[in-house]
Amino acid sequence: MLLGVDMLDLARFQFAMTTVFHFFFVPFTIGMGLVVSIMETLYVAKKDEVYKQMAQFWGKIYLLSFAVGVVTGLIQEFQFGMNWSNYSRFMGDIFGAPLAIEALLAFFLESTFIGLWAFTWNRFKPGLHCVTVWLSFLGSLLSAVWILTANSFMQNPVGYAIKDGKAQMTSFWALLKNPALSAEFPHVIIGAFVTASVVVVGMSAFGLLGKHKHDRNFFKKSMRVSLWIVLITSALEIYVGDYQTQIEIHEQPMKFAATEGVYNTTSKHAPWDIVADLDTKTHENKGAVSIPDVLTILTYHRTSGSVKGMNQINKELHAKYDKKFGKDMSYYVPVKTLFYSFRIMAGFAAWFFLMAILGLIWTRPKKNTIENKRWFLWILGITTYLPFVANTCGWFVTELGRFPWTVYGLFTIADSVSPSTTFGELLFTNIMYFLIFATLGGVMVYYSKRQLDMGVERALQGGQY
Amino acid sequence: MIDGIQPLQLLWFLLIALLFIIFFFTEGFDFGVGIATRLIARNDRERRLMVHTIGPIWDSNEVWLVTAGGAMFASFSAWYASLFSGYYILLFLTLFALIIRGVSFEFSSHAESRKGFNFWNWALFFGSLLAPFFLCMMFGSLIQGVPIDAQGNMSLGFWNIVNWLSIVTAVAGVLLSLIHGLNFLRLRIDDPELSKRAQSLNNKLYILAYIGEVVFALLVIFQTDFFEKRPISSICITIAIVVFTILSQIFNHSDHQAWAFIFSGLTLTGVVALLFNGLFPNVLIAQNPAHTISIANAANGALTLQVMTIVACILLPIAIAYIIWTYYIFRHRIKLDDISDKFM
Repeated sequence: MLLGVDMLDLARFQFAMTTVFHFFFVPFTIGMGLVVSIMETLYVAKKDEVYKQMAQFWGKIYLLSFAVGVVTGLIQEFQFGMNWSNYSRFMGDIFGAPLAIEALLAFFLESTFIGLWAFTWNRFKPGLHCVTVWLSFLGSLLSAVWILTANSFMQNPVGYAIKDGKAQMTSFWALLKNPALSAEFPHVIIGAFVTASVVVVGMSAFGLLGKHKHDRNFFKKSMRVSLWIVLITSALEIYVGDYQTQIEIHEQPMKFAATEGVYNTTSKHAPWDIVADLDTKTHENKGAVSIPDVLTILTYHRTSGSVKGMNQINKELHAKYDKKFGKDMSYYVPVKTLFYSFRIMAGFAAWFFLMAILGLIWTRPKKNTIENKRWFLWILGITTYLPFVANTCGWFVTELGRFPWTVYGLFTIADSVSPSTTFGELLFTNIMYFLIFATLGGVMVYYSKRQLDMGVERALQGGQY
Repeated sequence: MIDGIQPLQLLWFLLIALLFIIFFFTEGFDFGVGIATRLIARNDRERRLMVHTIGPIWDSNEVWLVTAGGAMFASFSAWYASLFSGYYILLFLTLFALIIRGVSFEFSSHAESRKGFNFWNWALFFGSLLAPFFLCMMFGSLIQGVPIDAQGNMSLGFWNIVNWLSIVTAVAGVLLSLIHGLNFLRLRIDDPELSKRAQSLNNKLYILAYIGEVVFALLVIFQTDFFEKRPISSICITIAIVVFTILSQIFNHSDHQAWAFIFSGLTLTGVVALLFNGLFPNVLIAQNPAHTISIANAANGALTLQVMTIVACILLPIAIAYIIWTYYIFRHRIKLDDISDKFM
């Protein structure tokens, strides 16, 4: 113990830090795969050189993000064994299989074809070259399927039996048919598309604000292509987000109640709190700004129905799990974090949708006035950073919301940690990872910005290495 | 059934050995090329030419390590858990090396100044040097028998990790990777002068490799039970390692570049095979024999192994097919003229 911090805190901090950082790059990379694939397909279809330039220019950002995503992904794979060895022993029978399949099916596809794509611009015919980027994108989609299969089991265990104190797989199909997966996968994937397309829109806005006048056409076209993607995907994201909420209400009521700050079961016409004064000591929501009836409508899509509160859910969980985990277990999740994370995530999704509508109106082919609206370009520019905040908040809701378990209802976080690692080792690696991430993130942002400042023509000179 | 091991358990033990073999065969040479950028290149342009030979493929080569780790997790999670938590610091250092190396490819291509380029090129060098060093150090350490408790948790002391055998294994791993990398480089470039430098450096390195192999074999004899437990196979593999090195050297000398490359790869294959042959039927050898973790008691459930086997039987050949196709696409030798003179 040092300053009240123990091993478990350090291991949790490390997991949070590495996952959040990895998850800056993963959705962005997956989404960039789609954006670049669409741009290159437009080039193949329309034979317009500007689309080729787009695929190459944004492709360089894609490759940068891919590289950082790969190396931070390595940490993810290793740290299950390094920091959470008891979890790995308990869950390996189920968790390992999706992870291994992810490598076999997805990582090889991704990494082989992204290598081909980056190095064969002058060698392959445009059609075949375009196929390589789609295959690499497909690989990243498949990767998400498998890692989310593993994560969904942690949220909602299915198809298992406990044998000798370990979880053992009894049905592989059950893992794949997990309702948690059917909600999580579209949510994460579409979120990835939103992320990358918002970034391309935002960076294009900076490009239009920049000094290179002859690049204006390039950035206007890039912006319009990606504005369409933002429009479609952010609308879908709101829809699938709602779908996931519906599943969560049944599977993890505590998580849902926390995201809405509901401590006590509501009346049949539950109001929705925009902000709330949550007292985590007395377990009360002292209310703040709220809109009547809206929570009921959001929850049940009808005008009547009460939402179960955390205090009641806590009692139910104690009744259900006291025999196994003891009376002292706390089932309250970090409610304030969840409450505000959820609002930021959902609010930003609506914001992206609004930006897409305005952007599409002002970039109409016949009346493109976006260049003159510098204030709007600045707003779009700042919006570049927001998807990363939204993704992180989404991750907080998902992972902190299953507290105190690593595997919901089966295995606690406290039991998961490696018994053999020392405090010093964890402290050392925490500090090192922090420094590495700060460096990688800084360099990545710096090089992306440099590429934008350089102008399109210079950025595309030279090629690889 | 051998020693109470189910057929699928045996298959997965062999597959994990195979995955590590492919990893060292493929990523071994791109580690080697990375190290060689600081040994035989005389200017940035040559350095970039060398990096270009591995640019499109290093990433998929690294996936073999990820796959090996994933396969351990999926089929022997007790092994994965004990090994990865036990060798905490060594694995962190390996990761650190792989990270700075992995980003160096992309970051150096974005560097606009010579200073920036140099920085990421040094990152490539150190990453390529240290990743096989630390990884092989772990292998050299774990075959000697380490303190493991009844729950499978390791409590390694400094001397469990740093000792003659682990250091020699680490140095040998780096050396063999470098030789392998130089052989690969000669296959991929059309530049007589650079190729000549690679050849003559390799000629010197082979001498060191023989010394390293003999010392390694002696230490394995004294520090492990490999030769007592399984004398015939251990001796055969050891001899094969030396023969492969000799053949590789002969072909290097006579300019049969493809054969030299194949045999330097087989040398690395032999080393990994020797380690796994010696481990069998265990996966982690404890100082207290009662706590040794064996294939049978580390293995996951039958259903998981079945699922994994079906998946691997379908996916592995497909992956190997398109990876081979990739190598075919990049078969043309690269000239210095193909490299733009960014900083000249």
